[in-house]
Amino acid sequence: MGMCFNTVQFHASRCDGCGDCMLACAQAKSASADLAHARIRILPDAASKTYELALCRQCADPVCVMNCPSGALTKNEKNGIIDWNAGSCVNCLLCTAGCAYAGITYEASIGHVTKCDLCGGDPACVRACSSGALAHRTEAWIFNAYAEKEDLFCRGLSACHGCNSELLIRHTLRMVGPDTVVAAPPGCIPGMGTVGYNGETGAKVPIFHSLLTNSATMLAGIKRQYNRVGRDVTVMALAGDGGTADAGFQSVSAAADRNDPILFICVDNEGYMNTGMQSSGVTPYGSWTSTTPVGGAMQGKRTESKNLPVIMTMHNCSYVATASTAYLDDYYRKLARAVEVAKTGMAYLHVYAPCPTGWRFSSAMTTEVCRMQVLTNFIALWEYDPENGLRFTHPVATPLPVRDYLSLIGKYQHLSEEQIAHIQRTVDTRIAFLHQLAAASPAKLKGPNGERESVDTRA
Amino acid sequence: MQHSNYLIVGSSHAAFEATSAIRMFDSEGTLTLLTRDAHLPYSPTILPYVVSGRSQPDDVVLRDDGYFRNNHVALVRGATVASLDPAQSCVYLASGETWRYERLLIATGASPALPPIAGLDDVAFHVLRSMADAVRLRQAIGRAKTAIVLGAGLIGMHAAENMAKAGVAVTVVELKPHALSGYFEPGASAIIEGTFARNGVRMLMGRTISEIEPHGEGCRARMDDGAQIASDLLLVCAGVKPNTTFLAGSGIDIEDGILVDDRMRTNVANVWAAGDVAQARGLWGGKVVNGILPNAVEQGRIAGFDMAGDAAVAPFAGAVPLNTYSFFGQHAISVGRGARSDGHDGLEVAETADATRGTYRRIVLDEGRLFGISTINDFVDAGVMWQLIRRRVDLSALKAQFVADPRQIGRQLMSRTWR
Repeated sequence: MGMCFNTVQFHASRCDGCGDCMLACAQAKSASADLAHARIRILPDAASKTYELALCRQCADPVCVMNCPSGALTKNEKNGIIDWNAGSCVNCLLCTAGCAYAGITYEASIGHVTKCDLCGGDPACVRACSSGALAHRTEAWIFNAYAEKEDLFCRGLSACHGCNSELLIRHTLRMVGPDTVVAAPPGCIPGMGTVGYNGETGAKVPIFHSLLTNSATMLAGIKRQYNRVGRDVTVMALAGDGGTADAGFQSVSAAADRNDPILFICVDNEGYMNTGMQSSGVTPYGSWTSTTPVGGAMQGKRTESKNLPVIMTMHNCSYVATASTAYLDDYYRKLARAVEVAKTGMAYLHVYAPCPTGWRFSSAMTTEVCRMQVLTNFIALWEYDPENGLRFTHPVATPLPVRDYLSLIGKYQHLSEEQIAHIQRTVDTRIAFLHQLAAASPAKLKGPNGERESVDTRA
Repeated sequence: MQHSNYLIVGSSHAAFEATSAIRMFDSEGTLTLLTRDAHLPYSPTILPYVVSGRSQPDDVVLRDDGYFRNNHVALVRGATVASLDPAQSCVYLASGETWRYERLLIATGASPALPPIAGLDDVAFHVLRSMADAVRLRQAIGRAKTAIVLGAGLIGMHAAENMAKAGVAVTVVELKPHALSGYFEPGASAIIEGTFARNGVRMLMGRTISEIEPHGEGCRARMDDGAQIASDLLLVCAGVKPNTTFLAGSGIDIEDGILVDDRMRTNVANVWAAGDVAQARGLWGGKVVNGILPNAVEQGRIAGFDMAGDAAVAPFAGAVPLNTYSFFGQHAISVGRGARSDGHDGLEVAETADATRGTYRRIVLDEGRLFGISTINDFVDAGVMWQLIRRRVDLSALKAQFVADPRQIGRQLMSRTWR
């Protein structure tokens, strides 16, 4: 199987045309302030007031390389970059005839073709971009590490169109591997067929349909049995928020108390989306659900959600983390750590799963909704362990207003200005609380030599 | 008898892209390239640079032994194909060897065409199509003081420039009224010809040699107007003809080249053709031989995918002429049919030239869509222009802006298309 490579991503909607990327490129590549030396070009579109991009895509089937008669252009198999060799180039410009992106171009003042080389893995243009329009996507390692591993769920799972849970569980089990026993309490994940139907199983590992109330307890017992016979098996729950935060909470809490060596993954779609979109304990304030309707007396849910991942940090878990499928590299790193931790203690992962069907947004928008949850601080990505405390893994320096997130989703369309302001206050309060936890984490309180720094308690 | 699942005759761009495409689908099936050349594979396009000394013969190898080993591809050098018998699925080599195939690709390219000039057979002359030609020509230039280049096409003009730079007194003789008339209209050609003239090259356009005879080591040509030119060296580059003589009696349909459909299939089962030897759909209708490198790349790829059984192969959209040409440090680019608009009425032409900056730009539009663009010392992204033509992108709303700055507007349009 081929390799996957990191790349530069362009969000046209965020580009403000400042041109800093071009200047940074010209300086990095030619120590020049002359933008003719830039390998990246931002193109203002006067009519639509938007910006377009011309940049080498480092194609997997590079026509520039195919068109090169001198062998000066080659696709580097290690890093995916199209390398240009000045020594053998004859300046025939046939490469430019092969490129549909204006990614390899000629400037008379330079005298030869130029193209992006990704600055050896740390692109200057991305560093210079202050609007967030350019990003260096570094998730290629996920594909390279896991693409050839077996998908341990069967084909034909019947998740709703646009559901990110199927994406999530396939990625998860592919990484956790075949020596795994899975508990799937009632919810969307067994509902889509993972536990099987008509006498056939939906997974290639042992999977069972636990009760809403007992997944953690059953897994704890199974793990003890495997430990007793000396087999290294990961026991894992793929539960919804009902099976974790509501009906499932008693057994989850008890397993956390005992720090049972299990991996518990809560796939949080903020309610009982599988059974008719009823409200749960983690349904946010203001949400329309079938049990918190919008009408004369009620305008969606009146109470706040409970912040389950934070609650889990107050138990005795060995590891707690939040995750989003819009940031899969972050998730993979946390999952890897959780699998290790779960050999000896409880690892709890809380993954957010926006639901196109139950929340009412277009099925094409799921990943964008996931991303906006993070960019507005509606959810925060962090990890926690008792030794090091809480650490943000994807801090958002300048969060977007929560309104931008709410406006994407049907279940919030009725919200009044007061309700939106209320949600913004809740978001601000919760993120401030997490910042307090992070600031007061044991790792931060320790000095460089491990001694405790003095903390000014008056502050 | 030898056997190969995939047999490819030829070893240049079309052949290699077909090889890559086949290997994407079928990593095991035996794949053999037959080439009459003794040298490791190279691009004919690089030859003028070998003549000038810019490139060394050993440095321009497109695929080395390691490539053939790693991809389980056999390269048979010095193998000249003499005939093809599709009924037996066999090609026969001049050496007497027989190769049986399941699927055959003919990517034999083209050879120099020799004009019917009285006496040409009796004089020593050069052509430029193989590495051996290039090495021989380079040596001859070192010894020559005077030279005649017959034909002001790409190869001839490149060679004339090399000779002039090497201090040889060169005369270029071209039957057509202008140099590079396949790609550039008279206005642009005049600029190119002027540059050559300023660099000491004698440009005899619209002229021809009526008779030629040996003269010492070299030759003496009598021109159509009776004038006589003697030279130490004669280079004949009066066009090329597809290499199809070995197909006589094979039943394969040949017109200007081997006629192929949009998947590069010939009329005969299990035989494909691609590159300079093939005559395929032209973007503006009919079937054309489009003997340029990017065309060989694209056709080779399509042929390879189809040979390997890719049901989803994207059919050939149609050939578009394209050329990027550098001369005496200047650059000329031509995409589309700006220079050869015969049979098309109502074209809109926007031409600008700046004599002091030495720049030239001509844009030809057909009902708001790009039909051809040619520039000198005014860089446009040829690949982007090619896409605008191929995709018939409607430029009506942006016409004024495009004519003013085709590079910027072209990049913008492409970026939007890909997003």
